[in-house]
Amino acid sequence: MKRLLLLAALLAGAARPAWAVPDEYVQIERGRALATAGDCIACHTPGGRPSFSGGRAIETPFGVIRSANLTPDAETGIGAWSADDFYRAMHQGRRPDGTHLYPAFPYPYYTKVTRADTDAIYAFLRTLPPVRNPVDRNALPFPFDIRASLIAWNAINFTPGEWQPDPARSAEYNRGAYLVDGLGHCGACHTPMNLIGGSKDSEYLQGNQIQSWIAPNITGDQLVGLGSWSVDDIVEYLRTGRNAKTQATGPMGEVIEASTSHMPDADLRAIAAYLKERGAAGPTAPAPLAADDARMTAGRSIFTDTCKACHVEAGTGIPFLFPSLAGSQNVQQTDPTTLIRVVVSGTKAAQTGAAPTGPAMPALGWRLGDDQVAAVLTYIRNSWGNRAPPVSAGDVASVRKSVARASGTPN
Amino acid sequence: MVRRLPPKDVVIVGLGWTGSILALELARAGLEVVALERGPWRDTATDFNIGTTPDELRYSIRHELFLRPRQETVTMRNTPDQLALPIRRWGSFLPGNGVGGAGVHWNGQTWRFLPNDFKIRSNTIARYGDKALPDGNHIQDWPVTYEELEPYYDRFEYVAGISGKAGNLKGATQPGGNPFEGARAREYPTKPLTQGYAQDLFTKAATERGLHPFPRPSANISEPYTNPYGCRMAPCTFCGFCERFGCANYSKSSPQTCVLPALMREPLFEARTECEVTKVNLSGDGKHATGVTYVDSQGQEWEQPGELVILCAFSFFNVRLMLLSGIGQPYDRDRDEGVVGRNYAYQSAGGSTAFFENVNFNPFAAAGSLGAAVDDYNSDNFDHTNLGFVGGASITCAYTNGRPILYRPVPPGTPTWGSAWKRAVKDNYQKVTSVGAQGSVMSYRDCFLDLDPTYKDPLGRPLLRMTFDYKNNERKLSDWMSDRCDEIIRAMGAKTTQKTPIRGPWSVIPYQTTHNTGGAIMGDDPKTSALNRYLQSWDVPNVFVMGASAFPQNAGYNPTGTVGALTYWALDAIRDRYLKSPGPLVQA
Repeated sequence: MKRLLLLAALLAGAARPAWAVPDEYVQIERGRALATAGDCIACHTPGGRPSFSGGRAIETPFGVIRSANLTPDAETGIGAWSADDFYRAMHQGRRPDGTHLYPAFPYPYYTKVTRADTDAIYAFLRTLPPVRNPVDRNALPFPFDIRASLIAWNAINFTPGEWQPDPARSAEYNRGAYLVDGLGHCGACHTPMNLIGGSKDSEYLQGNQIQSWIAPNITGDQLVGLGSWSVDDIVEYLRTGRNAKTQATGPMGEVIEASTSHMPDADLRAIAAYLKERGAAGPTAPAPLAADDARMTAGRSIFTDTCKACHVEAGTGIPFLFPSLAGSQNVQQTDPTTLIRVVVSGTKAAQTGAAPTGPAMPALGWRLGDDQVAAVLTYIRNSWGNRAPPVSAGDVASVRKSVARASGTPN
Repeated sequence: MVRRLPPKDVVIVGLGWTGSILALELARAGLEVVALERGPWRDTATDFNIGTTPDELRYSIRHELFLRPRQETVTMRNTPDQLALPIRRWGSFLPGNGVGGAGVHWNGQTWRFLPNDFKIRSNTIARYGDKALPDGNHIQDWPVTYEELEPYYDRFEYVAGISGKAGNLKGATQPGGNPFEGARAREYPTKPLTQGYAQDLFTKAATERGLHPFPRPSANISEPYTNPYGCRMAPCTFCGFCERFGCANYSKSSPQTCVLPALMREPLFEARTECEVTKVNLSGDGKHATGVTYVDSQGQEWEQPGELVILCAFSFFNVRLMLLSGIGQPYDRDRDEGVVGRNYAYQSAGGSTAFFENVNFNPFAAAGSLGAAVDDYNSDNFDHTNLGFVGGASITCAYTNGRPILYRPVPPGTPTWGSAWKRAVKDNYQKVTSVGAQGSVMSYRDCFLDLDPTYKDPLGRPLLRMTFDYKNNERKLSDWMSDRCDEIIRAMGAKTTQKTPIRGPWSVIPYQTTHNTGGAIMGDDPKTSALNRYLQSWDVPNVFVMGASAFPQNAGYNPTGTVGALTYWALDAIRDRYLKSPGPLVQA
């Protein structure tokens, strides 16, 4: 922090009289906090490179896009951009020269961010050390490499316009809505996509498959959404990466590590309040399979041998360390992709300052066949009051393939 | 060519329990800290996968977590007139290697030494007279008391989440705990482990004999726990893969479960693994350490300057590094002077084993520290008049494991192979239990560590030589304790028993214990100790030396609880006093 103050003072002091320093400092720090809330760093910082210098490969259904260099390098970054240019990119998805940005940059969400907030983010980005890092920003295959095609895309999927508060709702609800629907761009992962990669507004926040993970339903749905989570549960999850029910991992683990664990509690509470109050929508729960179904008895045996030591017989796990399977939203998502990949490939929970222990789920794919993975998942999805469609060996085989393809390892 | 690195505030040698605790606390105090660890990086999520960790062949037989004798070993002899030979395969003890050190592969028994253990010389003389001390002994009072260490035992136990039952809370005896223990300020952080059938029999028999059984304090913990660093642990599943293994369940306290998750987030901390420190560098007058020299895995030699050097390696290797660096006067047994290498000690043992009928002890449902114990025969909790020895033992009925390769108890007289042996293994697996004594070892002029005149490591540096055997004091103790164990196991219902006292010279071959203590001991007199009461070198005040190498002699307990307490004790001295005014904390 000392170093930051010094940097801010130096930058400001060079051009302006000393009395201006506090204002600039507040503006920069506000921008830093907003950039954190937007999790800009996640896409704009590739592993091992300077922060915000861009070039990280973003997987999309249409190919890989590399993120922009946001440092103030004049040639390869956004050093030549004005605050107006930056606002236009955020608000309209257009570069200073008018060309279209791809919606992998989530401008359909960022358009809701206020001018004052984009100005603060801009001020913060100007304080970064400029990094020369040319990025090939046009790596998509034909026909997606034609940026003009985005005119048609925007006509279908994009409504520009800053977010407007709902006067009938509390300030906290409105703050939460602003963060979730705007800067936080939660829907970019958590909302199903149409065929051309736009968010399906009619199924907003009802869950989506992305990069062989399920971004689950985060409406108030009782079975697969946040219906059984309290505001405190949500806040604790976003702040620490876990709560007594579950642990964050995969892409959401990264979001928590880089973004939400650094956000102020008031903002996290606002997000939680909004998600809890805005309503519920989800699939109709199927009837659970009978306990004597052959898939259930086979699954139970595998569970006893392989899973029970940590997740315990009642499926309730160990609070904050081994997630509860009983009543779990992730376990009961209609689409079992996350469950399959976690059992086959293993995973590691997010690590945060408040919860530094990042326990791992071991990979079991090397010793459980597709039918065994299917049976044990079918068992946990239909035990202890859980209700979800059975998993087939074919489901497991296809997730195995896609995970192996993504990680470059043989399946 | 040696390449010189930018200086750090603190250089820590060895990243086990003591190194990781000091690194975390000193980095949080604002110091730039580097830890140099000669073994590999290891963490629970990556290296101790539940699907692969319970592998007895890999870890227990092939010693995956231990130091490779080819990299470094010790030479050994029983007496000063013998020629020492190098240990080429670890047996009697198993020095750890890699991040976490011995804190990865221990069983987890976490004791506090008794108040008398810290005053054993003066208390023995006061109660039994000068003649009670054994011939040739070097027994010394510790330069700290139990009362001084109590808050630091507490801190370590709460970081490690230890499971147990207090027997003495602020002087008030607690039912179910150890009534002989020193007063503790508060309860253990987690409740005691659930005991098995054999422990229930032991508890009943011991109680009937007027003894005071209690559940052994355990680092295989009993319930979910979050420690003061925010690190989280899960309850033990009694899988029985503790000693020689890393714990995959986040259930055994270790640097990996209790410290490293917090430490690795510290921006002022850096760990360098597979870097072997070869020397602590001293200023021209030998009174100030300027840093260390180390060799990385590519064979490149580096100089790492530092303001403060803290040796946190295993006891042997702290002593060897001091000898190789010229820190403190080497111990000379013939002239009985010098301090580095003085007072090496170990652990004595004894016990009684019995084969029961019609029982299922389920030895596989085990934990490294599962067990019921009595302390009635430890330290000076009993009258030593006419017994012919000083010291004592903790006596325990325990199952650490029932693993398939090495746990094959058969009655005496069984053939060692063939169908009769197989039948006996099958018939007896469920029926065997034992009551064992873990005893103190006093310090002697003839038990010490020095540099071997013949054998060298691959870098050309002399190996450490140990000279050790059990003396009459320990042999009498072992005989007497084995009788006490036998009485208890017979009261548990055993018809035929087999006593297991110490016989013959001490051997490096069968596994006994990795409680190797002394060699760089703490004391009040620089003529008889290498370190002052804050574990600071008398001779080079910006060098501190952690670990069991500081014990003046060994008590009838596992050392880790006391090692942890001494670490926090030294930490407070370093952080609150040394850093404000670097220099000797005790005037010689």
